[in-house]
Amino acid sequence: MSLLIPDAGLLFWMVISFSLVFLILAKYGFPVIVNIVEERRASIQKSLDDARTANDLLANFKAESDSIISSAREEHKKILHEADLIKETIINSAIKEAKELTSRQIEEARKEMEKERNASLLKIRSQIAMLSVDVAEKIVRAELNNTPAQMDLINRFLEESSEIRS
Amino acid sequence: MKRKIKILVSLLFLMVYGRSTILAEEIDVKQIVFSHLRDSYGWHIATWGDTHVTVPLPVIVFSKTTGLNIFLSSELENGKTYKYFRISREERHLDKVVEINSAGNEVRPIDLSLTKNALALLLNSIILILIILHVAKWYKKKPVDAPRGFTGAMEIFIMDINDNIIKSCIGKDYLKYSPYLLTAFFFIFTNNIMGIIPLFPGGANTTGNIAVTMGLALCTFLAVNIFGTKEYWKEILWPDVPLWMKVPLPLLPVIEIFALFTKPFALMIRLFANIMAGHAIILGLTSLIFVTVAMGPAVNSGMTLLSVILSVFMIFVEILVAYIQAYVFTMLSAVFIGLSRVEKHKQEVY
Repeated sequence: MSLLIPDAGLLFWMVISFSLVFLILAKYGFPVIVNIVEERRASIQKSLDDARTANDLLANFKAESDSIISSAREEHKKILHEADLIKETIINSAIKEAKELTSRQIEEARKEMEKERNASLLKIRSQIAMLSVDVAEKIVRAELNNTPAQMDLINRFLEESSEIRS
Repeated sequence: MKRKIKILVSLLFLMVYGRSTILAEEIDVKQIVFSHLRDSYGWHIATWGDTHVTVPLPVIVFSKTTGLNIFLSSELENGKTYKYFRISREERHLDKVVEINSAGNEVRPIDLSLTKNALALLLNSIILILIILHVAKWYKKKPVDAPRGFTGAMEIFIMDINDNIIKSCIGKDYLKYSPYLLTAFFFIFTNNIMGIIPLFPGGANTTGNIAVTMGLALCTFLAVNIFGTKEYWKEILWPDVPLWMKVPLPLLPVIEIFALFTKPFALMIRLFANIMAGHAIILGLTSLIFVTVAMGPAVNSGMTLLSVILSVFMIFVEILVAYIQAYVFTMLSAVFIGLSRVEKHKQEVY
């Protein structure tokens, strides 16, 4: 039974040694370790969280840039399409305009030519008239005595001049 | 491999034959086991033939008549008397230092001797302090690095106790108690492990001594009751039960106050009994070798082999127990502290 009876002397030494251990370790031992490990844990957790948010941000950026690229591509296609359309209409309208222009010019040229011809006809006619007057004068002066021959001549000239006129 | 086994077996036989001639006398197993379990004034290391190798330790006694006396335990060896002091052989103060007064009666003085267990406690404390301070120094030097090797192992150990026992059992203000509980855990664990090591600085049955566990239980008792909340004391002295259980006979308060003391008492007995029993079993198994000498070489060598195998097994079990008992003591202390931190219950409305 002596094992079950606590010895005062040993209890005294026990209290001394345990207090010694407690005082030293509670001040310089365990709190230091626990605090630093807790701090490290917190910093690791924070780094992980930061990395996660950065990842999310990056993913967002990527999605955004993807959408921007795809929309730009869409735009590009649309613009190209529009340009195609415009090109076609421009060409068409140019062709049309060119056609109109040429036909108008041809028309004008024709009108001009008509005018020129008429003018030249008039000129020729007046010239012919003058010539015939001259001829008539000469004939009159030279052949006034030969009346029948005179008349034939005049007729012949007149016929000729009318031929020329037509 | 086969040759090695052969050599080992023949060596075993040789030892047994050699011993059987030396140890002819009757062996008192009970005495051997008890003398190892008990505290002693000197630290007996080994017996070589007839010479005892014992480290003498200071005996410090205060007596009413002669005052303070300090002398080495070797002065009292083999029944010698120093001044009026000797080691008692009587049943009342068996194996304790007593003073013989003028009437010739044995009187127990106030005995603060640095006994084997006391010295072992101090040595183990120094070992523990050195280990923990070494680890703490590493952290002060490199606060952001992850430790490796021994420091890393200690970190896992310390943080496991801190997180899984202390934090989960006490709750929000665990930080106030964690230094005490960590100290208690590692103090018990170091002493348990050192108790298993059979060589000199170890081998003392410190945590298997009731005075040591009493000291620890006392600390937990103080930690629980000094910092107990108002609600905790109210639950003990005026619990929330029908009035007739409190007045006129304070039935429940009495039970609660009784429970106040049974909790640390259970802590004390549990640690003491577990470690003491483990030591007793190992000692008993070892004694098996010497007891069976008388039964002849064949039985003796067989039992020796069995004893060694069982002792190895028991030592492994004891390593486990060393951890488990430290764990249980710390956990229960944490639970008791957690119970003493109760907050006022929220009034439930139906």
